[in-house]
Amino acid sequence: MKNAKKIIASLLVVAGFGAYTWHAKQEDAEAQKTVATTASNPSTDTTTSTNVASSTNSVTAASVAPTTYKDGTYTGTSADALYGYIQVKATITDGKLTNVTFLQYPNDQHESVHINTHAMPILKQEAIQAQTAQVDSVSGATDTSQAFIESLNAALNQAHS
Amino acid sequence: MKQTEHSMGMPITVCIVDARPDRERAMSDTFAYFRAIDAQYSTYKDTSEISQINTGLPRSQWSKEMQLVFGLCEQTKRETHGMFDIKRPDGMLDPSGLVKGWAINNAARQLKARGFRDFYVDAGGDIQPHGNNGEGGAWRFGIRNPFDRTQIVKTLYVHDEGVATSGTSIRGQHIYNPKGNAPIDIVSLTVIGPNIYEADRFATAGFAMGRAGINFIEHLPALEGYMIDSKGIATMTSGLKRFIAS
Repeated sequence: MKNAKKIIASLLVVAGFGAYTWHAKQEDAEAQKTVATTASNPSTDTTTSTNVASSTNSVTAASVAPTTYKDGTYTGTSADALYGYIQVKATITDGKLTNVTFLQYPNDQHESVHINTHAMPILKQEAIQAQTAQVDSVSGATDTSQAFIESLNAALNQAHS
Repeated sequence: MKQTEHSMGMPITVCIVDARPDRERAMSDTFAYFRAIDAQYSTYKDTSEISQINTGLPRSQWSKEMQLVFGLCEQTKRETHGMFDIKRPDGMLDPSGLVKGWAINNAARQLKARGFRDFYVDAGGDIQPHGNNGEGGAWRFGIRNPFDRTQIVKTLYVHDEGVATSGTSIRGQHIYNPKGNAPIDIVSLTVIGPNIYEADRFATAGFAMGRAGINFIEHLPALEGYMIDSKGIATMTSGLKRFIAS
C-alpha cells in the first residue's frame, strides 16, 4: 500500500512538472511569436479542445534577396506536401517580400482522435545537438519545403512587376 | 559504389558494396524502375496512369499494379484512423505519399533478388538498406537537423530496417499558430520500421498527427521514432535505443 501511494505521489509530481513545462513552453512560444499579418482563416477546426494547431499559421520571411515586386498580398497555389496541403500568402512591402503566412498547413486533421485514443507514455527527451559522426547517408524531410517553395513561387509570380 | 540520379522530383541514390561486374547494370535498372514509377504515378504528368484515372479512365482499364496500390492506400487509411488519405480536397486521387516508400522497398527487393547483399536505396532521404556498409558494420544514417540542413543531430545504426523522415525543412524558421495558444511545434519525425514501406507510410501519417504522432509510433509494434519539435527538443520511442548505439 505504501508503495502504491508512493508511486501515485511520484506520478502526480511528474505529471505536475509536465504540465508546468508545457505551460511554460506555451508562454515562451507566445513571447517569440513573430506574426505580422493574420490571414482570414479558411477552415478553423473547432471540434475539440486539442492543443494542436489549426490551419492558419504564420512564419516571417527571413533573408529573401531583394527584388522588384509590386506591393500587395498574393496567395499561392495549394501545393501537395504528401500528407496534406500547403498554401501560403506572400506580402510585398516596398518591393520586397516581407512576410509569408500559411493559409493551409498539413497539421490540422483528426488529431484530436489520436490524442484521445492513445494514452501518453512518458518518453525520453533530449535537446538536439549537431554531431560530427561520419555517416553513410542522411534521412531528412524534403516534401514540405518543396510544397512551400512551389506555393511561394506561385504567389511571387503574381507579384512580378 | 554509389550513384545518384534525379527522379520523382528528388535525388535517388543507390549504393552497392558487393563488387560484382553486374553492379552498374543493377544500378541503372534501379534508376529505370524509379523513372517508370514516376511515369505511372506522377500527378504532374498528364500522360501518367494516375492522371488518366483522375480524368475518367474507367476502372476496368486500371492496371493490376494501380489497383494493388489503391488497396494498400485503403489499408493505410484504416491503420492510421483516416489520417492517411489519398483523396485531395479537389476530389483527385494522389497515392504518391504511399508510392514513394513502396517503390523504394520494391527497388531494394529487386536488388536482393539479384543476389546483392550489402546495399542501400535512398530516395529523397527515405532509405532502405540491406546487410552491412562498406566497412562491414551497420549502415550509419544521420537524422538531418531540421534547422540546419548541413548538420545531422543523431546517428542511427541499422542493417535491414527502413528509415524515413517526414517534416518541414524551412530553414531556421519556426512556425506558430497566429491565434496564440498553440504553436505548430513538430518539425520532423523520423521512423525506423521493418522496411521502408512501413517506415515511410507511418512517418507520413505520424507527422500529420502533430505532437501525438510519436505516441502513435510508440504504440505500433516494430516501429520506432525520433521526433523533433520547434524548440529543438527531441522525443524518442522507448525502443529507439537499439538503433542509436552500434
